[in-house]
Parts: sequence; C-alpha cells; structure tokens
Amino acid sequence: MKARVTVTLKNGVLDPQGKAIEGALRSLGVEGVASVRQGKVFDIEIDAADPAQAEAALKAASEKLLANLVVENYRIDIL
Amino acid sequence: MKAAVLLFPGLNREGDAMRAIEQASGHKPTLVWHAEHELPAGTDLVLVPGGFSYGDYLRCGAIAGRANIMDAVRAHAARGGLVVGICNGFQILCESGLLPGVLMRNRDLRFICKMQHLRVERADTSFTSAYAKDQIIKVAIAHGEGNYEADDETIRRLEGEGRVAFRYCDEAGHIGGAANPNGSTHDIAGIYSEKLNVLGMMPHPENLIDPLVGGTDGRGLFESMASFSRAA
Repeated sequence: MKARVTVTLKNGVLDPQGKAIEGALRSLGVEGVASVRQGKVFDIEIDAADPAQAEAALKAASEKLLANLVVENYRIDIL
Repeated sequence: MKAAVLLFPGLNREGDAMRAIEQASGHKPTLVWHAEHELPAGTDLVLVPGGFSYGDYLRCGAIAGRANIMDAVRAHAARGGLVVGICNGFQILCESGLLPGVLMRNRDLRFICKMQHLRVERADTSFTSAYAKDQIIKVAIAHGEGNYEADDETIRRLEGEGRVAFRYCDEAGHIGGAANPNGSTHDIAGIYSEKLNVLGMMPHPENLIDPLVGGTDGRGLFESMASFSRAA
C-alpha cells in the first residue's frame, strides 16, 4: 500500500525558509504569490491488511518521528 | 564526577566536551555510543555534545533524540541525575522530550559562528554555582537552528518558574535588539527542566576553557557541575 504523509508548520510559526522562497519567487517575477510556507512530504510504502491499519501505523510514525507536534501538523493520505 | 559523553554519528564536539569535563573534574569521562541501552554504572552527569547528528536530517536532533541510549538518559534524569545538552545536544534534548520547545531556523537564515555574550540568569543551580547571578560571560555560538520557540503557555511557565538559564545579551549586559543573534523567544540561549537537573543551551562553553583560544568564561559551567557531583 502506498501512502503519503505531509508535514506542515502550524499557523503562526515563523517560517524563515518559506519567507526566503517567497522573496525569491517575487524576484523571479512570478506574479500573484501572496505567501509561501515550506513543508515536507514522505512517500511511504507500507504493508497493512487494510487502509485503517495503515493509517494507524502512519499516525504512530508521524507522532513519534516525522512531525514535531510543537510546531508541525501532519496529514496522512492513503493513495 | 563520573561523566558520560554521548556519541551519535555526525557529532563533532565530543572531544572539546571531554576535555572541558576532565579539566574541571580531574576525571576522564566515558564516551557512550548511541546504540547502547545503559549508561555506565554510577554516572553523575550525561553530556550531549554538539555537531550535526545524522546530518541534521528530518529535523535537527530528531533522529538522535529517539536513539536507544535516550531511554537510559530519561531514566537518569528522572532519578535526578544531571544532563546537559550543548548546541545539537540541546536540540536532541528538546526532540527527546527532556526539555520543552524546539530550536527553529535562525531568524535571518544564516549559520552564525561568532563570539556571543550571555547573561547568567541564576547562580543557584548545579550548572551555574561557579558564576554570579546576572554575570555576563563571553562564549562562542555556532548554529543554524538556535531560534528557541515554544507555545505561549510553555514560555510563561519557563519564565515564571525561573527556568531560563542564559539569555543572549551584549557586552554591557543589555538584552534584546541586535544582541539577540537568532530571533530566539525572550532572548533565550538556554533552559532548565522542571527540576533544574537538565540544561540545554545553544552556546559552546566547552570551547572557552583555555586563555590560548579566546577566554575561560566557559569553565564555570564545568566547575559547577563538578562541585555538584562531589557534594552529592
């Protein structure tokens, strides 16, 4: 089973990297970019009996390691 | 003092830390590999040194913070044993749950490597008894992610419980503005755990123990820890 975990910064957490990318996009002349927040994507292959089991394992993975819940949120998509 | 210095792949300050501990205590610390499950018997102090554990992959300190040896470090801290994390070591302690909050990318995105003044917030802990309260010390900083962040409630608790160990300041002791190198909340350079037996700090006192290389203001930390252990 294939799944994707997306980790993003919580609202209100300063993201200097996103800001720098935002500035670079503006200087490249890309129009209409209001703001950029940088996150991480993990594409994971997982052995599981069903999507619910996979989701439970990936929830554990996200909370134990992939995301730092102090400043990050995560989302699990079973593909 | 019986000290253990942890070693993870990618750390590079363990030699400096061991030299500083030996200078202050007269005893050579033991280097402990991250895959171990136990600390040496009778360990008083665990030091988590700086560097770039696992190449800073995922998040600084994230992978090291979940290594086997960290269970033993958590048990040691729960028993009241001393734990100090410096630079990447501070990030590792935050990621392992031994200290609250997180170290984010520096405000201006640059890796900062320079001398920096700090104010010692209190001198009644096992880590700072050789300093005076409000003493200004000059040590080195070298980090890309030293911008301390935590939720408002955590910051309120740290301040209210006197758990800020060091704050960034200028030579005259002024806090704030340009004296804050990385955007850290409340100019925090180091914090204590609830029971004041775990310290995490971004600056490098272990590099300021010899007049030959810029000063000796870092010695106080190691002398404090050495005298605490003798008393215990």
